[in-house]
Parts: sequence; structure tokens; C-alpha cells
Amino acid sequence: MRTTRLVSGLLLAAALGLTGLPASAVTPAELQQNFNAAARASVPGFTGFSAQRGRQFFNSTHGNDWSCASCHTQDPAGPGRHAKTAKDIAPLSPLANPQRFTDAAKAEKWFSRNCNDVLGRLCTAQEKGDVLAYLMSLGK
Amino acid sequence: MNNTTKRWVFDTTVWTSAVMMTFVLLIHDVAAESRFPPVANDKWQAECGSCHIAYPPQLLPAASWRRVMSELDKHFGADASLDAASAAGIGAFLESNAARGKRAAVAAGTLRITEAPWFRREHREVAAPVWKGASVKTPANCGACHTTAERGDFSERGVRIPR
Repeated sequence: MRTTRLVSGLLLAAALGLTGLPASAVTPAELQQNFNAAARASVPGFTGFSAQRGRQFFNSTHGNDWSCASCHTQDPAGPGRHAKTAKDIAPLSPLANPQRFTDAAKAEKWFSRNCNDVLGRLCTAQEKGDVLAYLMSLGK
Repeated sequence: MNNTTKRWVFDTTVWTSAVMMTFVLLIHDVAAESRFPPVANDKWQAECGSCHIAYPPQLLPAASWRRVMSELDKHFGADASLDAASAAGIGAFLESNAARGKRAAVAAGTLRITEAPWFRREHREVAAPVWKGASVKTPANCGACHTTAERGDFSERGVRIPR
């Protein structure tokens, strides 16, 4: 009796766990592999991603008003604050915040919105991969 | 008591009661309007609540929400684009619970909730420096003073103005 209850409990938990995952669940490393494949296909002479280049990109205003750091700060392993609405923003680095970069569709949505805000265009696979390399290099 | 005095007592009583009654009704009205009935929608909460609190649908009339949802790529100076299915679902939720009556009045030429006549009226006692304080920064930051804003409760009981 007790075993039956335990088994059904576990099954229920497993079912809930599975349905609770977003359709586009990934790990940050898998997401990086996707960017890698896209960059290989689109960038002539692609030689991989660079955390150093990602850091510069992250902190640059690219000739406009905002940088990524305007909201995520120059330490994206710590909390940020929205430059316009003042809302708190959870840390962006996946080491500091394990929920980050675990949903490919969500990551793509934010890259496209925020690249438009900062650069006035979408980011390339090279730029996204560099930024992710930078974020993945930041500790807790 | 002569007739003039009686008349005076009667008049004063009637007028005082009338004024008090109006006051009670007014307070009741305002209190009732500052706690929005808990309407919820997961998509609205998640999407609208990611850059600011998810502003309750009752804060803007349906026509304004329709415009907000049709201009998400230029949302108050930021790109808040959404996939078509999410935008349609959230738009329908906002419009069906939108402001009616007094709250439906908007300032011409803007979609800003903070410029609506009712918003200005209800915040007229908030001094200018409070709006610019480090923890408030913008009138759009409801939660800085309305500690229960996330629950749709904007009643005065939950207000703590930071110093």
C-alpha cells in the first residue's frame, strides 16, 4: 500500500516535472553550440567565441545611449536594475543564476529585443556567442 | 427657541449630514477603486511583469490597451516585441478587463497611465522630490511606494513613501 502510494507520488512528480519544462529547454552549453553552428554557417573564417570580446561588446554603447550593462551592470553575476523602470533584474550569468539561458526561445526573444534597443539591429551569432561566453566565464 | 433659531439648527444639521455623507461615499468610492478585483492571466503576468509590474488591465481603457499591444516594438522607448499568439492572448485579457467609467479617462496623445487625470488627482499630495528619489526613480515604479501593487492592491493602507 505504502509502496503503491510512493510509486504514484513519484510518477505524478515526474509528470509535473516534465510538463513544467519549457518546450525549448536547453543548457547554456547547448545554446552555445547552437550559436556555434550558426556562426560557422554565416561567418567566413569563424574561429570560435571569445569571453574577452563578449565583455567589451557587453559594456559598449555602440554609438547609442544604452549598453547591455546599462541594466545588467558591469558585473552581470550580480543583480541589475532596469534603466527606465527601475525594476530589479536577477543576475544574468548562468553560474550566478541557474535559470538563465535554459530556454532557447526566451533567450532569443531577449537577445532580439535588447539588441534592437542597444544596437538598433539584431545581434549576429558571433556576438551572441561572445556575450554568452563572457557570461559563462563569470563566477557566482 | 424662536423660529429663526429652530430653522438655523435644522439647516445646520441637514447640511452637516449631507457633507459628511458625501465624504463617506467619496472615501468608499476611492477605496473600492484602488483594490482591483484579482483578475489573472499567466502570460500577462510573465510578459508584462518582466520589465515593470504587470499593470492591472483596469488602469487603461480598452482602446489604449489595443494601441499598446499594436506598438510593442516601440514600447515607451524599448523593444518589447512578442510572438503573435502571446500578444493576441494578452491583448484579449487586457481589453476584456479594461478601465470603465471615471478611470477610462486618458490624457490626449499619450498612453501613459501616469498622465491620466485620475492618476494625477490621486497623487497630487506626493511632492516632486519623492518621484525622483533613488528608490522610486519614475512614477511607473508603483511598487516603490505601493507595497502591495504586485497583488493589484493600491489602497492607501499599503502605501509606504520612502524617505
